[in-house]
Amino acid sequence: MELNRPPRVRRLSSAATVTARPPRTEAPTLVNGNGAGTVNGAGAMSSFVGARRPARPTVPTIDRMQVDQLSIAYESKLAVKSVSLPIRQGEVLALIGPSGCGKTTLLRSLNRLTELTKTASLTGSITLDGTDITTMEPTALRRRVTMVFQQPNPFPMSVFDNVAYVLRDQAKRRPRRDSLRPQVETALARAGLLDEVADNLDHPALRLSGGQQQRLCIARALAAQPEVLLLDEPCSALDPRSTAVIEDLVVKLREQVAIVIVTHNLQQASRVADHVGFMYLGELVEYASAAALFGSPKQQRTKDYVSGAFG
Amino acid sequence: MTEAMLGGGSDPILPTPPSSPPRARRSAAGSSSTWSLIDRLGLAFAWSLGLLFCAITAAIVIFLAVQGIRFLRPYMLWTNPKVSDTQAGSGGFLDPMLGTFIVSAIAILIAGPVGVGVAVWLSEYARPAGLARAVESTIEMLAGAPTVALALFGVLLFEAPVLGFLSTTSHGVVYGYSFFAAGAILSLVALPYVVSSVREGLQAIPNHVREASYAVGKTKIATIRRVLLPAARPSVITGNMLGIGHVIGDTAIILLLLGDTQTFQGVGHVPLLGILRGTGSTLTSYIFDNAPTGALNQPNKAYAAAFVLLLIVLGLNVIVDVFGRRSKELRWS
Repeated sequence: MELNRPPRVRRLSSAATVTARPPRTEAPTLVNGNGAGTVNGAGAMSSFVGARRPARPTVPTIDRMQVDQLSIAYESKLAVKSVSLPIRQGEVLALIGPSGCGKTTLLRSLNRLTELTKTASLTGSITLDGTDITTMEPTALRRRVTMVFQQPNPFPMSVFDNVAYVLRDQAKRRPRRDSLRPQVETALARAGLLDEVADNLDHPALRLSGGQQQRLCIARALAAQPEVLLLDEPCSALDPRSTAVIEDLVVKLREQVAIVIVTHNLQQASRVADHVGFMYLGELVEYASAAALFGSPKQQRTKDYVSGAFG
Repeated sequence: MTEAMLGGGSDPILPTPPSSPPRARRSAAGSSSTWSLIDRLGLAFAWSLGLLFCAITAAIVIFLAVQGIRFLRPYMLWTNPKVSDTQAGSGGFLDPMLGTFIVSAIAILIAGPVGVGVAVWLSEYARPAGLARAVESTIEMLAGAPTVALALFGVLLFEAPVLGFLSTTSHGVVYGYSFFAAGAILSLVALPYVVSSVREGLQAIPNHVREASYAVGKTKIATIRRVLLPAARPSVITGNMLGIGHVIGDTAIILLLLGDTQTFQGVGHVPLLGILRGTGSTLTSYIFDNAPTGALNQPNKAYAAAFVLLLIVLGLNVIVDVFGRRSKELRWS
């Protein structure tokens, strides 16, 4: 089990150029024989998914959030230990690490969802566009830093209403449907779902497929026009094909919004991320560009983890 | 995925088909032949109890259906009870039937909103914890309280002169008999069913659904109104239907708080309000009075009314069933 090859898996055919066509129309490639190998067991299946990822252009980056000396404790147990890192629009930041290493806690602290856990306490600072997030209204912050969860969780209403819910003020029913339509459709289009649901926006969201549900959740998160999009293992409940669709989407979206993705799947991290943070026991062991972290990790623990020695 | 993992990432090992497929278990009886004697006796016991309960229920339903079909005549549904020595002359049970609808409507109009509110508070807020526990045990106590005890309390309450405007009053004496009084106390019967059903429905919603709503900047109250309660709608309906079912079947509260006039005896001259302030009867008190052991002893009418009552309750159960199934249909993983 080695990982000496460049982590950005090459494209299979030259036809798969940048963003031109939806990846689901491509023929699936089989696992074996393409030499894509595995990093560890969990990555075995999805390696072929990565093989289809088109090469990406580099995008100019804008600093959005800055995490500085952040520590988070549940009661007396430290879950995140003095983590500092930048979050930039124009790039995808992947947080990797074994279960319980604090990556989800770190992610949830970025829009203050950690505050919903009564026992959580937090030191250090997080800023969004230069403003300390603790000085903001949580509801205002969470519209600027939205989140998509591990399990697809559309609300039990129509596809349209799922997105419109975000656009309306709190529990209000106004503005009316017609005036929200363009915004709803834009959000669905950005999440790559509009083509599939356009003819029936009144379809109950819970009747969509898992992958469609997750893209609806992304559309919902994008509808608020956030600066930062947090993704907490967004593909772990999905099949490889839906995973590929969402990964392509993530890469595309990074131009308009800063993206932080927590993932267990190293292959996924190598496919979508520009920067990767490896966390272990609450510490940010290594933060580097994806190529550097997977290609030539500096820390021994990172090296062990990405080569599948533990985790 | 497993194949690739087993193969260490190089050659996926195809699962070799087993030489002969394992034999499917035909039935519980087939497999139980290997059980110990005690287990087999236990199984037989469980089976016979199950059959026995089905038989008893079937007997009740069939008995009531046969008697009901024998004695129920369409005119009974639109004729009021009349005082008569013969069963042929004693009319039907229009007013008792309407009475049943009126008390259930009053009871559920109170118990529905209150029950949903209590359930939301218990499930989503429940602070301070001590108060939440107290509310919880109050609801449990209410569910376990004999309705006749609730009725006695109701008599005490509605005999108070302050509440005299709600019921039958004569020469300054408040009798405490009225549809209002009966409906209000019956709401206590329905309340625990509403609360527990709605609460269950809310708790079945995974936490990440709430968080998904917070994560797009929604407040807790907006989340409850627009996400949680709509998601729990089947449970709200189920709870209300269960509550109505128990309200319809209650007799003690009706006898003590509605009085025992067979037809509506309104109070005052305002049309609907007069009826609500006055006394009357429901199907249960009608059956009580007309049963072979009752004061009026018109058993044919009692059977016919009991059949109608049974049909109403069975109808409610069907609704509960449909919505119970629907609530399981659309779920998050």
